[in-house]
Amino acid sequence: MTFTTHTGNRGLVIEEQLIFEQGQAGRTGVDLPEPQGTKSRLGGLDRDSNVGLPGLSEPQVVRHFTRLSQKNYGIDAGFFPLGSCTMKHNPRLNEKVARLPGLSDLHPMQPESTVQGALKLIDECAHWLLVLTGMPAVSMSPAAGAQGELCGMMAIRAALDARGENRRRVLVPESAHGTNPATAAACGFSVDSIPATEDGRVDLAAFEAKLGDDVAGIMLTNPNTCGLFERDVRKIADLVHEAGGYFYCDGANFNAIVGRVRPADLGIDAMHINLHKTFSTPHGGGGPGSGPVVFSDALAPFAPIPYVVKKGDGFHLVETADEDDGMQPFGRLKGFHGQMGMFIRALTYMKSHGADGLRQASGDAVLNANYLLARLKDKLSVAFPGYCMHEALFDDSFLKDTGVSTLDLAKAIIDEGFHPMTMYFPLVVHGALLIEPTETETKESIDQFCDAILSLVAKAESGDAEFFKNAPYLTPRRRLDETAAARKPVLRWKPETA
Amino acid sequence: MRYLPLTRADRAAMLETIGASSVDELYHDVPDGALLDAPVDLPAHLGEMQVERDMAALAGENMGASSVPSFLGAGAYRHHVPATVDYVIQRGEFLTAYTPYQPEIAQGTLQYLFEFQTQVASITGMDVANASMWDGATSCAEAVLMACRATRRKKAVLSGGLHPHYREVTETYCQYSDTEVAGRDGHPEHQATAEELNDLIDDQTACVVVQYPDVFGRIQDHTQLAELCHAKGALLVVVFTEAVAFGAIKSPGSFGADIVCGEGQSIGNALNYGGPYVGLFATTQKLVRQMPGRLCGETVDQDGKRGFVLTLSTREQHIRREKATSNICTNSGLCSLAFTVHMSLLGEDGYRRLATLNHENACKAADAIDAVDGVSVLNDSFFNEFTVKLSKPAAEVVETLVAKGVLGGVPLSRLYPNRSDLDNYLLVAVTETNTDEDIAALASALKEALA
Repeated sequence: MTFTTHTGNRGLVIEEQLIFEQGQAGRTGVDLPEPQGTKSRLGGLDRDSNVGLPGLSEPQVVRHFTRLSQKNYGIDAGFFPLGSCTMKHNPRLNEKVARLPGLSDLHPMQPESTVQGALKLIDECAHWLLVLTGMPAVSMSPAAGAQGELCGMMAIRAALDARGENRRRVLVPESAHGTNPATAAACGFSVDSIPATEDGRVDLAAFEAKLGDDVAGIMLTNPNTCGLFERDVRKIADLVHEAGGYFYCDGANFNAIVGRVRPADLGIDAMHINLHKTFSTPHGGGGPGSGPVVFSDALAPFAPIPYVVKKGDGFHLVETADEDDGMQPFGRLKGFHGQMGMFIRALTYMKSHGADGLRQASGDAVLNANYLLARLKDKLSVAFPGYCMHEALFDDSFLKDTGVSTLDLAKAIIDEGFHPMTMYFPLVVHGALLIEPTETETKESIDQFCDAILSLVAKAESGDAEFFKNAPYLTPRRRLDETAAARKPVLRWKPETA
Repeated sequence: MRYLPLTRADRAAMLETIGASSVDELYHDVPDGALLDAPVDLPAHLGEMQVERDMAALAGENMGASSVPSFLGAGAYRHHVPATVDYVIQRGEFLTAYTPYQPEIAQGTLQYLFEFQTQVASITGMDVANASMWDGATSCAEAVLMACRATRRKKAVLSGGLHPHYREVTETYCQYSDTEVAGRDGHPEHQATAEELNDLIDDQTACVVVQYPDVFGRIQDHTQLAELCHAKGALLVVVFTEAVAFGAIKSPGSFGADIVCGEGQSIGNALNYGGPYVGLFATTQKLVRQMPGRLCGETVDQDGKRGFVLTLSTREQHIRREKATSNICTNSGLCSLAFTVHMSLLGEDGYRRLATLNHENACKAADAIDAVDGVSVLNDSFFNEFTVKLSKPAAEVVETLVAKGVLGGVPLSRLYPNRSDLDNYLLVAVTETNTDEDIAALASALKEALA
């Protein structure tokens, strides 16, 4: 039964205006002491006009954000198989620990003697990352995966400069995340794209043909964005090293191999680790992330400041480029010392799992993905043959002649109560559907998802394209007009002018 | 393991469906010898109680900033965060959501981002703001790169009043893109005038970057500097480290700034030993398409209802790859939510009163410690942070204060390790969290330390 309500609300789905449309002068959500009327010393620049902020009471603010939250899909609500993003369970213990006053309430410029526990925590988190990757050094600074890439590529640039070599070409597979070429460009490199083979890996012959004395290195994601292990990875490492370049590994998919394969054994020089993926710090609707970078001996001297070292009985934070004789840091990436709040959560997660649990987690992630692949492979078109790693990739050829696109199918999946898979990425596959169940899903939830997809595919094949074109039907908002949003951007609220 | 639901029976059944004999078989592409057959050399898994105990032990080795009278600033500020903020950001619908790629089921995130952008634009006095950057320092670096794109020039003039970490990050970001970074380190007893900065602007200068209030706490009108920049085709970038300040002082937008960016930590976010924080970034309507980072925009859905989407993504790396405006992918999502919730609670009256209280407390503290022998407050103007000159090296004094249970400020030698001429200067920040007793404790500890 469909009908229109007076309010526009639909039961638990309540329409919510912007805070700016709800404010009343004289209302506030805080009780602050009365100012004493001290004469200001603001250099004569006292604010003389309103800021334009609305006044709301605390209960209004709580209700506002509660209602907004109810329009969001999160891992806590259901299956979230967004490929390449690793939407695994975010343990609440991690949140609790990150809020211990002895960890959250530390100023970054406190004297070292007052933050020995914090420095030890950073060092311990670094130690776990070093043992898990087998690498000799790590920079904890980078704020996110993309800044981790920047960190790795700047170290490569600095190492080349130290060698006096003007190598400026970086090889990047077509299937790479967009951050890879964008990062290479930000470090002054040109990007040369490497094609993929029919089985979704780097075309070794094409790669070899592109090597030369102007090549700074390769940026390779492994396992790659097609969810496949680059089986020639050692050969690639050897070849790029023989050509005088470096091997940057995008560690976005480290979660597939953690505790089972050490990147050091594959010949890499640098790799970022997304703590928000492999080590389950919350994605938070788009950050904050954290992207520590492990380095080989060749690149370690160029790691940025600051970094923690053991000194006597305690720990010391190196904050200047010239403090440490053996080091030639390429600079500083962040205001302070990295995403401490994320180190706390990641270390809590690692200690909870232990060496045995991390190994089990990667194994279960790969098992879940292969199970999903096995359940769907007869009806959907698998992009590449063989087992996958932590995610399964399909192209859209199974939708051929149905009039239904990958996007349409994804929108219909929303009505079934799931978050859709990643769509149209990687770019090397037509109409890609990239599905990553993660290790924290039950077999039952994967079965339910697969059953739902198979029923939708049957519906598409039965010729009901119109149904798909208009999906989703059951969401707080239906399909949004993105073209209109971009053509005449409205990026903020403005008061109605009379 | 409590987070892993598969049972032994599940695994066996799943392997059978797959047609594999073991999980190791699924890893058959891994080169010979690289597949480990046992756990690495790290401790085994622990229960929740044991992990919490271990982590609490680490926490116990620190001196929490609120456990003692505390006066540290220099880019991170201790403010009271209302309980509502932490409640909202821990709601699973926000905490465990991803980037709003499917707007139909992400209107919660998208709407608050739209509100966040409006709040940031309002306090900075600018037309538009993005959905946040990683922190203030990276925002500053991105602002310089944006100014270079917008003007097609390759030089940035940084004022000496800019936080030295912001300068270092900007230099790091610029070093491989042929962008020259000019301007000298500052001094607490000399403030560059608009004319002095103007002398550094040439026909290759994309922007002048000033901090407001500056790293030494001083507040300067940059209206004239904006005019001088514009006359030479350069942009004015105004950086800030304390977002509460704009409740008390004129907005940078009122000077004619082209880009305003800085740190948003002090609204809604804990100190967190330096991160995660939230970079704020605002600009003019004219420059919006040169902006880095995510943007949320208003639109309508199929039924004509108002809704929100990520927009202008043709600037971004996932579309433009090596031609993108930045390599940034995420924003600082949950920290920007904390900012939005705190700002919503404050509202016009609360925001301005909070700023007034910060300033009044700072005035009180400045007077109290200026009266101590061996301490002189240098600032004529300040918001909630000022520089003092001591009769002894500040780093030593700070250590003495720690022994007396006071976190007394940030020695400039910590920010400028290679500037021995700054050894005796201390940066003192005072917020609404400091009580009269805190201020008295600071003054008496300084008196003893300098006696």
